[in-house]
Amino acid sequence: MEISFINLELSNVLFLFFVGFVGGLVSGFIGSGGAFVLTPAMMSMGVPAIMAVASNMCHKFPKALIGSMKRAKYGQVDVKLGIVLGISAEAGVLYGATIQTQIKETFGDVGSNLYVSMVFVVVLAVVGGYVLRDAIKIYKSGSTDGTAKTTKLALWVQSVNIPGTMMYFPSIGAKVSVLFTIPIGFLTGMLAATIAVGGFIGVPAMMYVLGVPALMASATELVIAFIMGMGGTIKYAIAGYVDIRLAMVILAGSLFGIQLGAIGTTYVKDYTVKIVMGVIMMLVLVSRGLMVPVYLSKMGYLEEWWGMGTLSENTIQFLDKTSYVMLIFALGVGAVIILYALISGYMKHNKEQAAAN
Amino acid sequence: MESKRNAVFMTVLLGVMSATCYYLLYHFNEQILEWSKQGGWYFMVPVSIAFLFSIVHGGFTGHFWDLLGVKAKTTKKS
Repeated sequence: MEISFINLELSNVLFLFFVGFVGGLVSGFIGSGGAFVLTPAMMSMGVPAIMAVASNMCHKFPKALIGSMKRAKYGQVDVKLGIVLGISAEAGVLYGATIQTQIKETFGDVGSNLYVSMVFVVVLAVVGGYVLRDAIKIYKSGSTDGTAKTTKLALWVQSVNIPGTMMYFPSIGAKVSVLFTIPIGFLTGMLAATIAVGGFIGVPAMMYVLGVPALMASATELVIAFIMGMGGTIKYAIAGYVDIRLAMVILAGSLFGIQLGAIGTTYVKDYTVKIVMGVIMMLVLVSRGLMVPVYLSKMGYLEEWWGMGTLSENTIQFLDKTSYVMLIFALGVGAVIILYALISGYMKHNKEQAAAN
Repeated sequence: MESKRNAVFMTVLLGVMSATCYYLLYHFNEQILEWSKQGGWYFMVPVSIAFLFSIVHGGFTGHFWDLLGVKAKTTKKS
């Protein structure tokens, strides 16, 4: 492929800066986010898909570095767990990319898009639904500290002792076999290679399978994102696909956002992370779900399986646009919840301080 | 008062450094992109730029919110 870079217009720069800011805000809070809007946004500006993915990766690792350093100051990062999961995630990214290439070669672009959308829909419906239900349950229970009980699965994982594989993780407060952490990291990486947001599985897996508190899980995810982003960037940069201008414009906005998102975590209860994550996952699910009939129609399955004929060009365009707007909406809703939680937490804290004085 | 003055100084200093980095990237963008697209060992170019910007601009954004009074509440856990 001949590598050529687009001309950057001011409107595109401002748009990427703004989306970078909102994406950074969400990432600083839940450990990931933004990529699912940024990659299609760059593609809509005429950036080839592979360069959009590469440039997105190149803004992700410095952003995750700053975010994880900030949250480490608040004592929320389990560096050891992040590194252990990050290394296996890197292997998952490489394997996921191979699968993606094979699917593309076998079923073409549309087949590959259908596969990605189906993975999105299934993972987000199951995991996102569970996260949101859990958050609502904690909220309704009136728990004062906002933390959930450790799940039965996590208690079992923590009780299993496989000699020679046990490792102590501060965020869990117990020894866990790396035979459990390796598959979690691997799946996170595989998902990151497929849908660009590994955190949608990494954070819930840390919370429900390993028993890590939500705030620590989302902070530790930033370490994983740094390792994965760094590995991915090197891989794409060796092939010459990184447009550093795009990456740094996004980074300019996202570093403002990630600092704010990280500060926000100190004012909220544990379940707020789950609410933001669950809501975003549900909205992204709707967005990707809208595209499934489009790909099914293009591959002729609508007619073959249900005898429905194919979708008209107008319908396809409508679904495509609605799906993209829905992605931006998902990120926006997440940002609004975070800002609301930050402002109300900040005001409450100030009142308490004033009363104490 | 002294610490407030220091905070302003650090924010302005990092802000100027960050703006300079972005200006240099804009000014030399053609040469930088030419190196980037060669790939191979030239992967060091975008990766080094990303690290440099993260330190300088990351430092600036941190001080920026701090100066505006947007600070973390307390340390959660150690």
